[in-house]
Amino acid sequence: MSNRKINMKEKYRLLTRDLDWEYSYRDYKEVFPQQEFEGIKITDWSKWEDPFRLTMDAYWKYQAEKEKKLYAILDAFSQNNSQLNVTDARYVNAIKLFLTGISPGEHQAAMGFGQVGRQLGGVGARVACQMQAIDELRHVQTQIHAMSHYNKFFDGFQDFSHMHDRVWYLSVSKSFFDDARTAGPFEYMVAIGFSFEYVLTNLLFVPFMSGAAYNGDMATVTFGFSAQSDEARHMTLGLEIIKFLLEQHPDNLPIVQRWINKWFWRGTRMLSLVAMMMDYMLPNKVMSWQEAWEVYFEEAGGSLFKDLARYGIEMPDYAQTAIAEKEHISHQVWSMFYNYGHATAFHTWMPTEKEMDWLSEKYPNTFDKYYRPRFEKWREMEAAGERFYNPTLPMLCQTCQIPMGFTDMEDPTSIFYRQSEYDGERYNFCSDGCKDIFDHEPEKYVQAWLPVHQIYQGNCGGPSMEDVLGNYYKINLGVDNMDFHGSPDEERWNIWHNLQPAEDKLKQAS
Amino acid sequence: MSKAFIALQDNEESHYIVEAIEQDNPTATVIYQPAMIRIENEGRLVINRATVEEKMGRDWEIPALHVNLITLGGNVDEDDDQFSLTWKQ
Amino acid sequence: MSVAAITPDYVGERRDRLENFHGNQIVYVGWDRHLMFCSPVAFALPPETPFSKLQDEVIPGAFSQHPDFAEIDWSAVVWHLNGAPFLPSRDKSLIEQGVDHKSIIRMATPGLNGIKGSGS
Repeated sequence: MSNRKINMKEKYRLLTRDLDWEYSYRDYKEVFPQQEFEGIKITDWSKWEDPFRLTMDAYWKYQAEKEKKLYAILDAFSQNNSQLNVTDARYVNAIKLFLTGISPGEHQAAMGFGQVGRQLGGVGARVACQMQAIDELRHVQTQIHAMSHYNKFFDGFQDFSHMHDRVWYLSVSKSFFDDARTAGPFEYMVAIGFSFEYVLTNLLFVPFMSGAAYNGDMATVTFGFSAQSDEARHMTLGLEIIKFLLEQHPDNLPIVQRWINKWFWRGTRMLSLVAMMMDYMLPNKVMSWQEAWEVYFEEAGGSLFKDLARYGIEMPDYAQTAIAEKEHISHQVWSMFYNYGHATAFHTWMPTEKEMDWLSEKYPNTFDKYYRPRFEKWREMEAAGERFYNPTLPMLCQTCQIPMGFTDMEDPTSIFYRQSEYDGERYNFCSDGCKDIFDHEPEKYVQAWLPVHQIYQGNCGGPSMEDVLGNYYKINLGVDNMDFHGSPDEERWNIWHNLQPAEDKLKQAS
Repeated sequence: MSKAFIALQDNEESHYIVEAIEQDNPTATVIYQPAMIRIENEGRLVINRATVEEKMGRDWEIPALHVNLITLGGNVDEDDDQFSLTWKQ
Repeated sequence: MSVAAITPDYVGERRDRLENFHGNQIVYVGWDRHLMFCSPVAFALPPETPFSKLQDEVIPGAFSQHPDFAEIDWSAVVWHLNGAPFLPSRDKSLIEQGVDHKSIIRMATPGLNGIKGSGS
């Protein structure tokens, strides 16, 4: 045996393709029983090309290096009491939403890639899924670890995993991943690998994380960028699955296009929560949601779909609707959470005058016309001691499970209503995108666990708000929920920094 | 034409990689944002191992890019000596 | 179209069947151009509830915090039921006039267009 150094391509072949074997005493279809029912046709798995050609030995080496860097920074962050150095305590509420709403999604993705990796007949794809499953597990662990530091100083972090399975707004991300994981292996790959990882996660992990850095949160930016460094590899896996499926058989095109349409829409609806985090929950602003959307969807996504046109793939249905909504959704979703701030495990608030001026400047076509008068009214009510909370449970969309607060882009002061009837029952939707998804597979979406309906069916701990929010959700009432102003979080922050409570400021101002 | 792009964490090691990218892609634009550096170029962006090694003054392997990488846009092609991002249209 | 599933003829459980609501049905109410209430709201009500009760007791409980609410001329309200024009009869029950499970009632109040006319 010679000692010559083998090159990357050869090493990749040896450490992936060479790990496979022929199935001599079991039928191939028995080994991979889920490969055909979605209608996808695969003729030759050997055509799979992993662009990164990362082998397991290199994977462990570089992942270990990433972990060492990450934990060095997390240690420095906690040793230095750096939670005191974030811009202000309102910011921490974005991190609460991250831990309860996003980190459990990383865990769902880990399980999903574990399941799917088992079901794909090609060894290259299986190895890539295995690495991604391990990556996702690393993400959820490092995120929980990083945010456990905040749990020592701020409210609302304590029961994130319990809450993820129960709380009304967390059902948005839970049902998104449940939907993907209960689909077949190829739909899962298009849903999470391509539509989510390639087209949309940049919007979560790049501008928001840069914003975390700009707000003094080195712990979050570090776990965020450490995760996103894996996402870059996941993105190329997502793109490879699309190219591979389209090169395998022409019959795959309409199926793949439908999945792209579906998961683009589901993803944009879920990211409306990130839109609100960007525009409302970062006291120091890096860029607006609209600007981030233009860079990472319109420009980067536009390049991607132009590139895929050679396979016959088109921009997702309703991309134009999503583009029009970029000037509205962050304000609409913040309105929803402000309405129901008594039922959230994080605090909400009205932006300051200066912050509203920033929103007016960034959203010249919409903010002053549609949203500023509403927010000023809410501020007046708060100053008069009557902070607005919506007393009635919201109507939810059957598909995305978000309150029906999105408006018609042709008439932005009108709620967008859509309805279908199936098997003698009405189903209601926030958009054509969500209605199409239901209409294609009603047998699946009739079983949606809609939090509001579950409360009315008596399945959430009892009839009173205290039963549902306190006992069933485990929100510490009067502590985790309600407005930031007057919260224990605010009080502690002010003591740590010798600041005057906002309540006193309001009294002096009035 | 579409822009191929890469974003790196803003740290000491990345600064050498960025210098190498600037040298090998003269039309590239470098954008500094909080904690990150984004480099974009029309159509294609290439990172050569030899240039990065020259800037760092030590050996460097292409997969080490993963340690400082945040995100990218374009079709990836990677071998022992170079890493490129390309849009084909 | 139908779902692609490993199990033949797969159909999930309809989780929001009327009989799961213990004698109530779900009714949604939205007030057009008053987005201070971020979305339409959901009530669980007996199908026999008279419309007068919905209008006089249930709707005020949901929307009376809005300064426009006291200004509503109820004889001028324009109603829609599941997207179609609707002329409710105060004395009839919800179910008698077609307001069935998971129906949407929309009320428009001409001349009242929310905070400073912004649709809020």
